[in-house]
Amino acid sequence: MNGIPVNPGAAVETAGAVRAGTGAPRAGTPADGTTGVPADTAAAGPDIPAGTAAGGPGVLSALRAAGAAEWVKLRTVRSTFWLLLAAFALSVGLAWLAGSGFRNGFSDLPAEQRESFDPLFAAFYGLTLGQLPLVALGVLAMGGEYSAGTIRPSLAAVPRRGVFYGAKLLAEAPLLLGAALVTVPASFLVSQAALGPYGVSFGADGAVEASAGACLYLVLIGLFATGVAAMLRGSALALGILLPLLFLGSQGIGNVPALKPVAQYLPDQAAMVVMHLTGPPGDPRFGRPYDGWTGMGILLLWTAAALAGGYLVLRRRDA
Amino acid sequence: MPSRLRSPPRPGPPHVPVSTFVTGDGDFRGLPANAPVRSVGRVIDVRNLSKRYGGTVAVDGLSFTVRPGRVTGFLGPNGAGKSTTMRMMLDLDRPSAGRVLIGGRRYRELAEPLRHVGALLDPGAVHGGRSAYHHLLWLARANRIPATRVRRVLELTGLEGAAARRAEGFSLGMAQRLGIAAALLGDPPVLLFDEPTNGLDPEGVLWIRNLMRDLAAQGRTVLVSSHLMSETALTAEHLVVIGRGRLLADTTVREFVAAHARSRVRIRTPEPERMRDALAAAGIQVRQAADGALEAHGTEAAEVGELAAAGGLTVHEIGTESASLEEAFLRLTGQAAEYRAGGASR
Repeated sequence: MNGIPVNPGAAVETAGAVRAGTGAPRAGTPADGTTGVPADTAAAGPDIPAGTAAGGPGVLSALRAAGAAEWVKLRTVRSTFWLLLAAFALSVGLAWLAGSGFRNGFSDLPAEQRESFDPLFAAFYGLTLGQLPLVALGVLAMGGEYSAGTIRPSLAAVPRRGVFYGAKLLAEAPLLLGAALVTVPASFLVSQAALGPYGVSFGADGAVEASAGACLYLVLIGLFATGVAAMLRGSALALGILLPLLFLGSQGIGNVPALKPVAQYLPDQAAMVVMHLTGPPGDPRFGRPYDGWTGMGILLLWTAAALAGGYLVLRRRDA
Repeated sequence: MPSRLRSPPRPGPPHVPVSTFVTGDGDFRGLPANAPVRSVGRVIDVRNLSKRYGGTVAVDGLSFTVRPGRVTGFLGPNGAGKSTTMRMMLDLDRPSAGRVLIGGRRYRELAEPLRHVGALLDPGAVHGGRSAYHHLLWLARANRIPATRVRRVLELTGLEGAAARRAEGFSLGMAQRLGIAAALLGDPPVLLFDEPTNGLDPEGVLWIRNLMRDLAAQGRTVLVSSHLMSETALTAEHLVVIGRGRLLADTTVREFVAAHARSRVRIRTPEPERMRDALAAAGIQVRQAADGALEAHGTEAAEVGELAAAGGLTVHEIGTESASLEEAFLRLTGQAAEYRAGGASR
């Protein structure tokens, strides 16, 4: 038979009372015995308001509430904090390594490489790996809904899927931007400090543009990852595709001659030009047949396509 | 073996005698005791609802109405289409045909739907890394429900002691409570519970049963799915029975019993052969039960007694046995069960 209740303090403890008829004292429910609703929310009225039938409430208002919910989701899982920290540490750490590496080896470089040396390369190279935690963050923000099963309560609370999706992106984008605004300048400053005499300041030619481009890149690649996770309806496959692909990208998949014609248009590769990671324009091996802002345009197209694809899947499929 | 599900720890006063539940000022919206509650906006109207997955029909032209003020049991064998129907009520799954209206509106047209409809579908649908409090908090934010209400439903479900704990450490019983807390969050007039007693210990089951009845007594519409008739009959007043996605019954529990539970007369006699003949001669169906007693169908104890007396038979016992609800349910759904033991069911 059944054991003694392990925790007699639980609310179930009071559940043994028998309903003794209307109005009789009973102890069937915990606390004060009301099953529902204190006066605070009763004022709002649980009855369905008659006046809002046509068109429902304003999309903006719904978006704001759903965005607040998404923000709670983001800030209340530990992975968010750790991934942001990892993105910062990887980016800045690699920036320092790259900077000090160039500084120590600079005199050994061939003359023409010294000639064309770009101190901004050291600043942003670390982002090719530092972006990976942000991509994971973007994937988990959406894919986690499927792996945890919260997609159903989420859509029950916010049944208009466009509002739900938009709210998620609106909560995620500022977080990514905030991370980028800390990580990118820190990477720049640390790398230039490590470069010592070869380093430059933000006043240098193109430094501000490249930094702005890098910030934009980190936001877009994170949103891209969210779109991919929405299309694939889960985290595992999205991470399994994106992380290796982006890691190979950081290792120069866009420079492999056989793959270059296609690989250089991958989203991460497209953004590398603006971050000074592809060598001087026209360089036969590392150069790209497009300039930095065209590259950002290509990334923007990728992001828009992934987000649109994710929206279509979310809209069409049963939750 | 004792089966033990951990119940949530609950500090604070364990016993608060309750006298204000139905009467008095403790009523959930401060209405006078037993005041009629408006029923507008509380009716769930399912019309010609169908759902097909490829070639499989999960829900097949289902129509029924769920009314406020009583617990409606939504019954069917596993795989009958209950969960699919409930997901379509929440616009999570798109019907292949038909529609569900809640208070005359589609779910997705409801502003801040958690204030209108609360649902427990899958108690496991919680991010394991998030605390119970934060899980409820994001739900509350999504529908502009004040955070004080989160504390309130945690108290109501006895989870206040576990509020800060991450959900991955929750037992099934605690997860069920958290799911119920989420359903109650918006103080909704319409509540859907999909198999709420699954995995609960007897006390948890009793707690839920009382909760359902209390919610209905407050004038809310309560739909509770189950695959167990006996369980449902203890809570529900009304029944909607489906099998293979089709409606089998939409009736009160009382009518259901009257219509489907056949009673039988049990006879113990040292002369079973003669008794059989006497009954058969009167056109009464008889069979021998496993314990050797005779069971006569389509008759009453009085008639059997008279027949025995007329035939001069010795009888040790005549009694009427009414078939259990579970039997009635099984008989009704027997033709409709998706997987029936020993044979094709199509």
